[in-house]
Amino acid sequence: MGKMSLENISDSYMDVLKELGNIGAGNAMTALSQMLNCKVDMRVPQIKLMEFSEIGAMLGGEEQLMVGVFLGVEGDIDGSMMFLLEKNSAKHLINKLMMGMASEGDEFNEMELSAMKEVGNIITGAYLNSLAVITNMKIQPTPPELTVDMAGAILSVPAIEFGIMGDNILLIQSQFFDEVEIDGYFILIPDLDSYAKILGSLGMPVE
Amino acid sequence: MAEILKVGMADLKVCTAPDGLTTLGLGSCIGIAVRDPMSKIGGLAHIMLPDSTAMRAATTNKAKFADTGIEELVRQMEAKGARRSRMVAKIAGGATMFAFQGKADMVQVGLRNAEACVTKLKELGIPILARDTGENYGRTVIFYPETGDYVVRAVGKPEKTI
Repeated sequence: MGKMSLENISDSYMDVLKELGNIGAGNAMTALSQMLNCKVDMRVPQIKLMEFSEIGAMLGGEEQLMVGVFLGVEGDIDGSMMFLLEKNSAKHLINKLMMGMASEGDEFNEMELSAMKEVGNIITGAYLNSLAVITNMKIQPTPPELTVDMAGAILSVPAIEFGIMGDNILLIQSQFFDEVEIDGYFILIPDLDSYAKILGSLGMPVE
Repeated sequence: MAEILKVGMADLKVCTAPDGLTTLGLGSCIGIAVRDPMSKIGGLAHIMLPDSTAMRAATTNKAKFADTGIEELVRQMEAKGARRSRMVAKIAGGATMFAFQGKADMVQVGLRNAEACVTKLKELGIPILARDTGENYGRTVIFYPETGDYVVRAVGKPEKTI
């Protein structure tokens, strides 16, 4: 277990993580669709193992304004999770949720931030719940926190957590859309022992 | 034509005036700008973690840590002709982006990053002329070795030069 690192993870393990990401994101979108009471479609999520220096090229650049929802993951696995959404997409979602009553402009008021936090809560909750069902493990989220800032600054938080383990970050990009395209990103950050536990629970022991 | 070179996350670069250096969207990471005012050679490192010796996993990237990153930055500047005895530094970043920051080794990582930079620069005898660290927001920085100006930008806040 000690030898495992994200750098030497095999293709078959990568496929499993990808599939987990796919199922997680799928469940998250179903939850979102119920919340908004409309059809939400999604593309097949992309899973990317990236070097830290490459992060900037993602998400429309380091200075792209994003909404980041961050929470801890406890239970049988340890770690944290982040859901990122481009700021305009977030505004669109909130407007939808508030039946078109969201404030003008691209800023968020208190109520909208609170609504966004709730969206993050439901999306990440559904994601983690599906992971718990598949792996038959207890996985509980801690209450989410939200910030609106530059992509680079928000991503520094999961990047640093990955930095403790290695030189790469594992990012799941899920694009979804109702009438407009919305780019959302999930970043699940289990510690390395938890990766081994997740894979082990699916019958893929890590030696 | 002066160029502004981009420094990525866990990355460092050295340049000579009139060229400049920038790193975008610093969160809990720190941007350490070092300058030799005589030769006008400058360097910028974007570090993520305080201490390379506390890591369980082996890493080859020196720029990831405050201790090894600053050492490497100074070494590369010296290789270009800068003198350590003349070097001065400015630091920015080290925010706490979320009140909750994950696991135990993540608690106040921004603060610990800043402290590690101060300690390392002191050890190398490089004075810190200015700092803009902490708080809860991201920063973009631009460093001009010509003047030593270190420009800090944040969302919804006036630009400042330290």
